Amino acid sequence: MLTAPSLGYMLLSPMLIVFAAAVIGVLIEAFMGRAHRAAVQLTVSIGALLLSLLQLWRIRDLSSTTAAVDSVTIDKAGIFLQATVVILALIAVLLIADQDNFTAQASAIPGSNEEAMALQQKSQQTEIFPLFLFAVAGMMLFPVATDLITLFVALEVFSLPLYLLAGLSRRKRLLSQEAALKYFLLGAYASAFFLFGAAFLYGYAGTISLVGISAAAGSANEVFLLIGIVFVSVGLLFKISAVPFHSWTPDVYQGAPTPITAFMAACTKVAAFGAILRIFYIGFAEVETLWRPIITVIAILTMLLGSVVAIAQRDVKRMLAYSSIAHAGFLLSGVVALNKEGLAASLFYLMAYGLTTLAAFGIIGLVRDSSGEVTDLNRWIGLGKKSPVVGAVFAFLLLSFAGIPLTSGFIGKFAIFSAAYQSGNIALVVTGVLASAIAAFFYIRVIIMVFFTDPVNDSVSVIIPSVKSRISITVATVISAVLGVAPSLLLNVTENFSTFIK
Amino acid sequence: MSLLTLIGALPLLGAGLIYFLPSKNSDLIKKYVFAVTTLVAIGSIFLALGFDKSVTSMQYVQSNSWISAFNINFAVGVDGISLVLILLSTILVPIVVLATWNESEGGRWGVKTFYVLILVLETMMIGVFAATDLFLFYVFFEAMLIPVYFLIGGYGSGNRSGAAIKFLLYSLFGGLLMLASIIGIYVISGNQIGATFDLTQLATLEIDNRTENFLFLGFFIAFAIKAPLWPFHTWLPDAAKAATPGTSVLLLGVLDKVGTYGMIRFCLALFPDASKTFTPLIITLAVISIIYGAFMAIGQKDIKGLIAFTSISHFGFITMGIFAMTSQGMSGANLYMVNHGFSTAALFLVAGWMMSRRKSSTISDFGGLQRVTPVMAWSFFIAGMSGLALPGLSSFVSEFLVLVGTYTRYPVAAVIGTLGIVLAALYILIPIQKTLHGPTTEGNENLKDLNLREKFAIAPVIAIIVVMGFYPKPVLDLINPTSEKIVTNAGFTDPIAEVNK
Repeated sequence: MLTAPSLGYMLLSPMLIVFAAAVIGVLIEAFMGRAHRAAVQLTVSIGALLLSLLQLWRIRDLSSTTAAVDSVTIDKAGIFLQATVVILALIAVLLIADQDNFTAQASAIPGSNEEAMALQQKSQQTEIFPLFLFAVAGMMLFPVATDLITLFVALEVFSLPLYLLAGLSRRKRLLSQEAALKYFLLGAYASAFFLFGAAFLYGYAGTISLVGISAAAGSANEVFLLIGIVFVSVGLLFKISAVPFHSWTPDVYQGAPTPITAFMAACTKVAAFGAILRIFYIGFAEVETLWRPIITVIAILTMLLGSVVAIAQRDVKRMLAYSSIAHAGFLLSGVVALNKEGLAASLFYLMAYGLTTLAAFGIIGLVRDSSGEVTDLNRWIGLGKKSPVVGAVFAFLLLSFAGIPLTSGFIGKFAIFSAAYQSGNIALVVTGVLASAIAAFFYIRVIIMVFFTDPVNDSVSVIIPSVKSRISITVATVISAVLGVAPSLLLNVTENFSTFIK
Repeated sequence: MSLLTLIGALPLLGAGLIYFLPSKNSDLIKKYVFAVTTLVAIGSIFLALGFDKSVTSMQYVQSNSWISAFNINFAVGVDGISLVLILLSTILVPIVVLATWNESEGGRWGVKTFYVLILVLETMMIGVFAATDLFLFYVFFEAMLIPVYFLIGGYGSGNRSGAAIKFLLYSLFGGLLMLASIIGIYVISGNQIGATFDLTQLATLEIDNRTENFLFLGFFIAFAIKAPLWPFHTWLPDAAKAATPGTSVLLLGVLDKVGTYGMIRFCLALFPDASKTFTPLIITLAVISIIYGAFMAIGQKDIKGLIAFTSISHFGFITMGIFAMTSQGMSGANLYMVNHGFSTAALFLVAGWMMSRRKSSTISDFGGLQRVTPVMAWSFFIAGMSGLALPGLSSFVSEFLVLVGTYTRYPVAAVIGTLGIVLAALYILIPIQKTLHGPTTEGNENLKDLNLREKFAIAPVIAIIVVMGFYPKPVLDLINPTSEKIVTNAGFTDPIAEVNK
């Protein structure tokens, strides 16, 4: 007689809540009248995320950690990463709720009569909310998955909605659709690589669980293990846009609707780095001599290329895309560190970077002219004179990206570099600070454009943000600022939560 | 909370309260800021009066946990050297506020923003000299760039945004190199005595030579950029030309001292062996700075550029004094920092008044000022004489001490350095002759002499320059014990018996 395996619903509940809300969202989309759809969808999304956060709080001290027949491990670090995703998603959903960023009807061909009609009738489709929730749920699953199949499923669950969301921009729709297609094609390749690597790892270890792979290390010809690690890494490095798998990032960041860019930039990083940290810390730690040199080189290349190429960018979204590449390089130092400090530092860095990114893209969404968002930096000139508060906040966020002391970015950098130094990777630290110095140049150049140059007579202006955007940007900025001055608030938490359980 | 913390926090508090003043009433804002900064100056004088000269350890210490995860403390304290530098900073700020009463107008932003930046900067200046926790020092060291950046870029003249970004990038680059070294020494402390940023504990570390050299360089390059040493100096003339005279006073008078102060406090104290290794190289750079700065100053057509290059020459002297590793050299260098602060302040402030009256900063546009504006001319003359270290004015004492201290160990460097004094006579006397004497050039006939406010602002500076020239003992009493301790701790003894005790 078959007995049903115990799944550990308590541990899975934070994810299940979000998945359930996503399914309900689909139903709302199908059966709800048009008039109230958007409000209901937003309420459901926020409610589900809050509930999920509450649930995460309640399970934070549970002694059992494995659930769903050992395919996920909800350990301390896992809970922290999930909470980070949910918190960032809560802030992002308020940006996403500003519907006028999204196309009225995604199926209408750009420039067609159908599109014009949809716009005229104000028939705003709200499928973004369920898509968003599916992505969030996938992102919550990714960093806690402990076998290769679950990892792959999670990867796809959060990637597919993102491919779609990237193509839903209301303005510059062709650019947006091109971005979506590019993201999808390259993403599909990356997934294929991941799967291929997973097959090799299974062939080597005879198991798909990370713990099993770790235990099998050294039992057979290591070439297969190496091939497996390399291909799995390709899939993961693509998601965090590490060099040389970064080429999609600027195009997608630029083409996607800005709130989606914000969400993607912040939350995908958390989820993907969470998974990377778990895979390398648990699955591959025993064979660190195999992969450490490779990841170190990739980290160095990523930091340098991201910082250097960002200098040449004339579009603020592309610039932040390259900046996110550079930050991926800094974060990889935490992976290479392979110690508890590295994990704690990465957790802090992800939260701080995510908040700053959300706020920065939130502000980019406010700068517009009559035809929509203006991301050309040359037209940002003198913005600080027209709207000093928005200019000042953006300048503060840029300083945080640059890692100037008294910002959260600085504490993150300090934590992650000291972990890397501790593990003996001094080359990484030196490259890291040099890359930071290069990166400072383009952040500060933007501040100069915004503040120190007189506005040219141009119709660019900062729109009055809606209450939702205002809350979102304010909350993200305030938390980021507080973390800069009193980082202990979060550092003490990350220190307690920086444990992976095998 | 110690008196030191209180004094440091006062300007920041003042900056917060400015928010409640009406933006329109700029006169009220200025009076308020002058009152706050004067209060800070008085407070720091009390700090000095309560300072026990016989003790060489830190005083007014306070330590609170800040970031416990990395064992970072909000730890402050002063010894003789940091005390005189805090005095210098806090006394200069109200003088600058009074002297450049109208500088805040006509900037990119309002009067309020200007004074908020000044007050925030003052807190950071006090903090950077008072910090006894390496991380805290670094935070002040880097964060103080931001107000200066906005002061230059928002209120300066000419190519102000270019100069501001150059200043910021140079400093950030140096700062980040230093960050790598700080991380290094932090991790090493973690391996040896438990992770800490406390300066006294860090000084006890045993670091292998190769690592120590690299860590030393990280710190030294940051400080050499800050207190511009040839070849890291190119940002300074641009910044000084673009900044307002008041900002320039704070930039050259105080901020650049953070560089030389850092060399003493961090390079020597934390890495004595590496300091020894690099001393010949650094002395060479210092001598080059002295001569190069002097020659460049002679060739300047712009008054601000002239003062900037004389400063590069003077920073050469200070660095030479520090790395001569003798107690006279060290005392001289410390005294020089204070004196240079005041004489540069005098030069820049008077030059600022000359420029705002004549609407030009070109030396050849002036002439015969002695006849038109006697008080302004005399002030400029005295400031200039202090700049060339005329005996009887303050700079002479320090320059003499530095040269004597250097001669006992590096005679060649001292002799070449002396050449710098000869050149100083040229770069000061020629401009003085051009601007003050001779026939009154066209356009100068109707210049107004200093008004009462300006006289009140410059009087204390001139008084300090003269008094310190004749009677430097009170300051030397503060400096000497600490200087000797630093030289001894770095593992040096004076080559010959001391002469000036």
